[in-house]
Amino acid sequence: MSEVQDYQSRLSDPASRKFETFSYLPEMDSDAIRKQVEYIVSKGWNPAIEHTEPENAFDHYWYMWKLPMFGETDVDRILNETEMCHKANPSHHVRLIGYDNYKQSQGANMVIYRAPR
Amino acid sequence: MSKKTYSAGVKEYRETYWMPEYVPSETDILACFKITPQPGVPREEAAAAVAAESSTGTWTTVWTDLLTDLDYYKGRAYAIEDVPGDDEAYYAFVAYPIDLFEEGSVVNVFTSLVGNVFGFKAIRALRLEDVRFPIAYVKTCNGPPHGIQVERDIMNKYGRPLLGCTIKPKLGLSAKNYGRAVYECLRGGLDFTKDDENVNSQPFMRWRQRFDFVMDAINKAEEETGERKGHYLNVTAPTPEEMYKRAEHAKEIGAPIIMHDYLTGGFCANTGIAQWCADNGILLHIHRAMHAVLDRNPSHGIHFRVLAKALRLSGGDHLHTGTVVGKLEGDREATLGWIDLLRDSYIKEDRSRGIFFDQDWGSMPGVFAVASGGIHVWHMPALVSIFGDDAVLQFGGGTLGHPWGNAAGAAANRVALEACVEARNQGREIEKEGKDILTNAAKSSPELKTAMETWKEIKFEFDTVDKLDIKHS
Repeated sequence: MSEVQDYQSRLSDPASRKFETFSYLPEMDSDAIRKQVEYIVSKGWNPAIEHTEPENAFDHYWYMWKLPMFGETDVDRILNETEMCHKANPSHHVRLIGYDNYKQSQGANMVIYRAPR
Repeated sequence: MSKKTYSAGVKEYRETYWMPEYVPSETDILACFKITPQPGVPREEAAAAVAAESSTGTWTTVWTDLLTDLDYYKGRAYAIEDVPGDDEAYYAFVAYPIDLFEEGSVVNVFTSLVGNVFGFKAIRALRLEDVRFPIAYVKTCNGPPHGIQVERDIMNKYGRPLLGCTIKPKLGLSAKNYGRAVYECLRGGLDFTKDDENVNSQPFMRWRQRFDFVMDAINKAEEETGERKGHYLNVTAPTPEEMYKRAEHAKEIGAPIIMHDYLTGGFCANTGIAQWCADNGILLHIHRAMHAVLDRNPSHGIHFRVLAKALRLSGGDHLHTGTVVGKLEGDREATLGWIDLLRDSYIKEDRSRGIFFDQDWGSMPGVFAVASGGIHVWHMPALVSIFGDDAVLQFGGGTLGHPWGNAAGAAANRVALEACVEARNQGREIEKEGKDILTNAAKSSPELKTAMETWKEIKFEFDTVDKLDIKHS
């Protein structure tokens, strides 16, 4: 049996904050991000990008980057927008959303660029 | 004017209640019963007897029958089918006019459909296999207080199943120690923890202290992780008054979700608490203690798909459905059938999943399917594949039994879940590639690696008792 390990999570440590889906996995590389964009497109969902200061990440509403890209199926154009949002807001979390207008919900929602710690 | 005259005595049921020429109306409630008759009772007579005894009939003619239009109100047995693989039993289909039932009352529907008729002597065994609720009746029921879409918005959980855990030991912890177990699970990455169904308000832990300490745990875990958290505070109580008292306190302290046991608590209490939850913006988790008493025997009782429909009408945002892969009973195809019945808005007849009727729920919200019992990280790929996103996967022992404690167990499950969802989105076959996916995810999660070493060998391989009716090969 292995030695018991302490669980490293602290109120005092901002790095302990998570941000929902995929935040327990290592940060995605560009190839991994592309695959999630392809998934959203394959589902017929409308891609959208949002961003926030890490300290406000618990809020329901983050800042919208422009408008959701209704009907956009070009993966490169979507990826390009995510990069533009990230470059314009380098200290923010950037999340990718897939709006499912039939379920009136978000089929996907994941942080793809994490604010530097 | 009616030309009927009164003639006392016993009439054969089939003269009145067997109507093979009847075409069910769109507003009828339809039921499929599996009948095992006593020897010598003809099929039509037994089917008609079931229709009669579950609607207007009694064993003898009474003069007051003639004061109403029984031909309008009576249940009608309209079809009989063989049960595949069973020489003795057969399915009888019965149509009930909608006006036999009080609007919005699951209580009233089931008092008729599964009342006296189940003790009827001419029948050796009787099972209610499925019920079609017409959209006209569905519209009279309040249904789930919030439903899947609203719960996702409230809890901010998208694109993945939710993760839960029942706190153990289920009996005997003090409120403060119990809150500790909750806090550890939530800070480790679970979305929800759950009161065990047996936990109500016993001498070792009264509800009031449990609620207060658990809420403290939720608040701290939310602050620490930056994610929304909840704990199903069980408000199941000896009386409705006591149930509402506990629910009110849960609301006062800001709890996002409460819990009720809809079969032991009863449909009346459940429909009431569901309406209260809708009025007060509190989510409602539903447990199903006692269901196996009703649904496990293949020839007698009520099939779980019917109990699931009853819950969707009565109201609940979550319902336990079995896991398919864990320690509790559950056939895969049949489970997929009742999961659809809980979540989708229109479900087509599909005998391969045990669904006997088209079911239209209209705009009634869907219910999260809850998979709980004897599952651990190695089951994650199969669970994500079987249940999809609109489910709560609950790992009790699979969280609390982690060698490093609850937080590590929770983190292991969260990492495993997210790895499976990410892989699924990438188009990988996660059930086949499960081992690779988990092994790779464990490289960056010592908690997952340890969980995988701890539970590797555990399997539950007993055959299910309640199988779908299929032809023997």
